[in-house]
Amino acid sequence: MTVYYTEEHEWLDVDGETATLGITKHAAEALGEVVFVELQDVGETFDKDDEIGVVESVKAASELYAPLALEITESNTALEDEPAMVNEDPEGNAWFYKVKIADVAELEGLMDEAAYKAHTA
Amino acid sequence: MSEPRKTPLYDLHVELGGKMVDFAGWMMPVNYGAGVAAEHKQCREKAALFDVSHMGQVELRGRRVKQQMETLVPSSITTLPIGKARYTFFTNPQGGIMDDLIVSNGGDYLFAVVNASMRDQDIAHMRSLDLEVTEMDDALIAIQGPMAETIVAEYAPVVKTLKFMETTITSMGGTLCRISRLGYTGEDGFEISIPVDHVERITRAFLQHPDLEPAGLGARDSLRLEAGLCLYGNDIDNDTSPVEANLVWAMQKARREGGGFPGAERIQRELAQGPSRRLVGIKPEGRAPARRGVEVADKDGNIIGAVTSGGFGPTYGGPVSMGYVAAEFSDPGTPVDLIIRGKARPASIIKLPFVAQNYKR
Repeated sequence: MTVYYTEEHEWLDVDGETATLGITKHAAEALGEVVFVELQDVGETFDKDDEIGVVESVKAASELYAPLALEITESNTALEDEPAMVNEDPEGNAWFYKVKIADVAELEGLMDEAAYKAHTA
Repeated sequence: MSEPRKTPLYDLHVELGGKMVDFAGWMMPVNYGAGVAAEHKQCREKAALFDVSHMGQVELRGRRVKQQMETLVPSSITTLPIGKARYTFFTNPQGGIMDDLIVSNGGDYLFAVVNASMRDQDIAHMRSLDLEVTEMDDALIAIQGPMAETIVAEYAPVVKTLKFMETTITSMGGTLCRISRLGYTGEDGFEISIPVDHVERITRAFLQHPDLEPAGLGARDSLRLEAGLCLYGNDIDNDTSPVEANLVWAMQKARREGGGFPGAERIQRELAQGPSRRLVGIKPEGRAPARRGVEVADKDGNIIGAVTSGGFGPTYGGPVSMGYVAAEFSDPGTPVDLIIRGKARPASIIKLPFVAQNYKR
């Protein structure tokens, strides 16, 4: 399994053609206390850069974007009931979606951990 | 734009972990390490300290100062007793609001506190009067919350005798300070003008108290929103009238009827006929916050207004909004929709505030 990162501060933990997707610790800290999460439905398909969810903190609203073309196979609806999870464990329990990747070649456009660290430094 | 200014407490904010942002040309803490929600709750449950030194503090002196001030504002100033403060606003010739402010009667002078973003405009406006207008360089801190009296009384016992909207000058921490029992959080509390050379030492002494924590602009905004208090530039501005903004209570009867202030024609007409729109509280039914700019629709999908302030209310425990709607939709309980990210979400009009004000009257 390899973890990829996006410029929109999302992480994508890839296992073959499936992946788990969430927002990074850096993003969660920048947002501040998350008070609202809205997720898209399981079974929906999206193109790269489509909006796939909303995260709102006490300070601001922020959209979640598809890092590549994907289909949502599972959504972490616990986040909608308990948005604060996003601050507590953004890169673990507070994942947003399990997805099926339409074209794994699109992964090449994403950052690895070292590149993301440099991006946020 | 010139460099943002720093208040005398800038270094202390940084030392306390304040996340500094440019607000109205001033570097101010939006929150500290505790975060907006924790600072908000600290204020509602115990007490919080805010630096509001960016606000403009002005003394006005001269012949018939109170009568002259009444030519700019629709509130009674001539009948304001010595030692009392009053909320009012400068109106423009069209009956809109140029800024809101607090005016206190200091005896032979008036003391005014105006918004940071409007201080240059307001000071020029007051200088149009035949008065001596002195901009004070004192710092201003606010200590707000149910524990505020206990905390401030340790240094200034006289505050126990002050009631809501009363003001006095007292010796505190080895210097003279003006202390007023008022604020912008909906809680009991004080705003204290402190000479610049003394403010850091006195603020540090206050913060030694176990029930007092610093709070930033983020909590200040969510506190005032829950309390249904207007933010100039958001909920009131040069287009909105005091009648539309439900601020009729701030215009005493003699002034409402007698006129003699800018924009009296529109304001008296709206008082007689009712305004075409009103500022209301809007409670979203779901969890999605409806922020400034979100449109309000009736149940048939017609746009009837817009949110002017909105966010999450930590004490209320849910999203809270204020905004203008057409007058016929302004009754509490009226169902409406909020158009958030293109989707209509149910909400209802409520009577402000979201969280009851807790003043010591």
